[in-house]
Amino acid sequence: MRTEAAGAWRPPPRIASATTRRLLVLGGGAYTVIALVTIDVDAARMAEGAARAVDFFGGWLRPDFVTRWSDIRAGLVESLAMTLAATAAGFVLSVPFGLGAARNLVPPPVYAVCRGALAVFRAFHEVLVAILFVAMFGFGAFAGFMTLVVATVGFLGKLLAEAVEEIDAAPLEALTAAGAPWLSRIAFGVLPQVMPRILGLTLYRLDINFRESAIIGLVGAGGIGATLITAFARYEFESVSAILILIISMLFLAEVVSGRLRRRLL
Amino acid sequence: MTSAWEWHTPAERRNRWLGTLGVAAGLGWAWSHISARTTWGFVLDAGVQLQDMGLRMFPPDASYLAALFQPLVDTLHIATLGTVLGVSIAIPVAFLAADTTTPSRRVLRPLALLVLVTSRSVNSLIWALILVVLVGPGLLAGVLAIALRSVGFVGKLVYEAIEEAPPLPVMAIETTGAGRAHALAFGLLPHVLPTMAGVSVYRWEINIREATILGIVGAGGLGMALQASIDALAWSRVSVILGVILATVVVAETVSARVRKGLA
Repeated sequence: MRTEAAGAWRPPPRIASATTRRLLVLGGGAYTVIALVTIDVDAARMAEGAARAVDFFGGWLRPDFVTRWSDIRAGLVESLAMTLAATAAGFVLSVPFGLGAARNLVPPPVYAVCRGALAVFRAFHEVLVAILFVAMFGFGAFAGFMTLVVATVGFLGKLLAEAVEEIDAAPLEALTAAGAPWLSRIAFGVLPQVMPRILGLTLYRLDINFRESAIIGLVGAGGIGATLITAFARYEFESVSAILILIISMLFLAEVVSGRLRRRLL
Repeated sequence: MTSAWEWHTPAERRNRWLGTLGVAAGLGWAWSHISARTTWGFVLDAGVQLQDMGLRMFPPDASYLAALFQPLVDTLHIATLGTVLGVSIAIPVAFLAADTTTPSRRVLRPLALLVLVTSRSVNSLIWALILVVLVGPGLLAGVLAIALRSVGFVGKLVYEAIEEAPPLPVMAIETTGAGRAHALAFGLLPHVLPTMAGVSVYRWEINIREATILGIVGAGGLGMALQASIDALAWSRVSVILGVILATVVVAETVSARVRKGLA
């Protein structure tokens, strides 16, 4: 491409065809306009909201940890319990699912079943699963625990399967050649190669589960989310702010701790 | 004086035992805490409840499908516009947050990092909860909630990409006498553009998933129809909505995987 006649040099475009480029820009622009039009902005309601915004951010600036402290503490402790128990149970359950969904370890029918199960576990948002489990198990921490277990198995199982599919096949072949039974091949040929990565991911999932435990409480699955939605329903924005500050600082702490632990594990 | 080879030193062994013990104690406490707060009678009849729910859900009310078209379109709008808005905020913030491009290490960089951490720590459902109070229920709250949550995600990944970009092209262009803006535009941007595009598409896929539930707190889309159907105990509609959500998520995942493969 010779462009010196045009004066200033310009980098060649990423999409070679000029027609495709124009169509993309036009299509994107048209979509944005159409989509923006469908959002009807209610100016009166927003003005009303502005007054509440003052209220809300005022509450944000005056976090109240005291008035509802026993509720907040109970919610946080419950979230913590749900997170710990669900991450551990999810980790244990994800091992059989993850091994079963690795193409290089199991026959195709087992692979299909485990892959399918993991896809189903991940397909629905945690909140939807929580709604179902609250209906099944009743309100409270157990429904939340089950929700987080399902989400954790879906997450860790898929990543474990992918890690197993990428392992170095030589140790496995050596064990097979030596006549090792299936379980020994897994224990000595596969797990040592994938465990450091999976333990790191489990710590990461611990972090995610705590975050999620704040959400699933909104639909009745216990934890700090339940406390949060109650505070919202009562317009106690000072307590809302206190809860959000606590969640953010605990997550910040968790990120620092899990980062340290991960570095020591790897 | 040959002693058998041992994997761990005694101190390591002791620490491993203590660690295992600590984890076990923590888990025991967590489980007993949950167990004490559970009405086991409700848990044990879960099978009955599931069967009951299943019977109410089937057959799905197919005639409800037509009524779901508008909520579905709303959900797609929330996810897409939210992503566009989020990305257009995230990219300038990422440039402020990256060690190599920030104009001020003392003030702007910590501020930008704080924005990114806050955005990431608060789930979009909580953002939606707040925004419904502020701007009223509807699409706008959903779009803003998705955008606010996306800023942290996209911003973090993009600023890491900026910091990892090789410094030589920028330096080379600056030695020719080009200004800072030109140097970044021609030396850095080409390097991080694929990351920006890939991360944005990936976030869009996540946002589709999140947009399906935002309606539960009143922020528009399929979640609103879901909440209404659950409140009305119309389980044959709930199954239709869950089916539509599943199909949407699968399609979005496929599209996103294709596009990202094309970008890579």
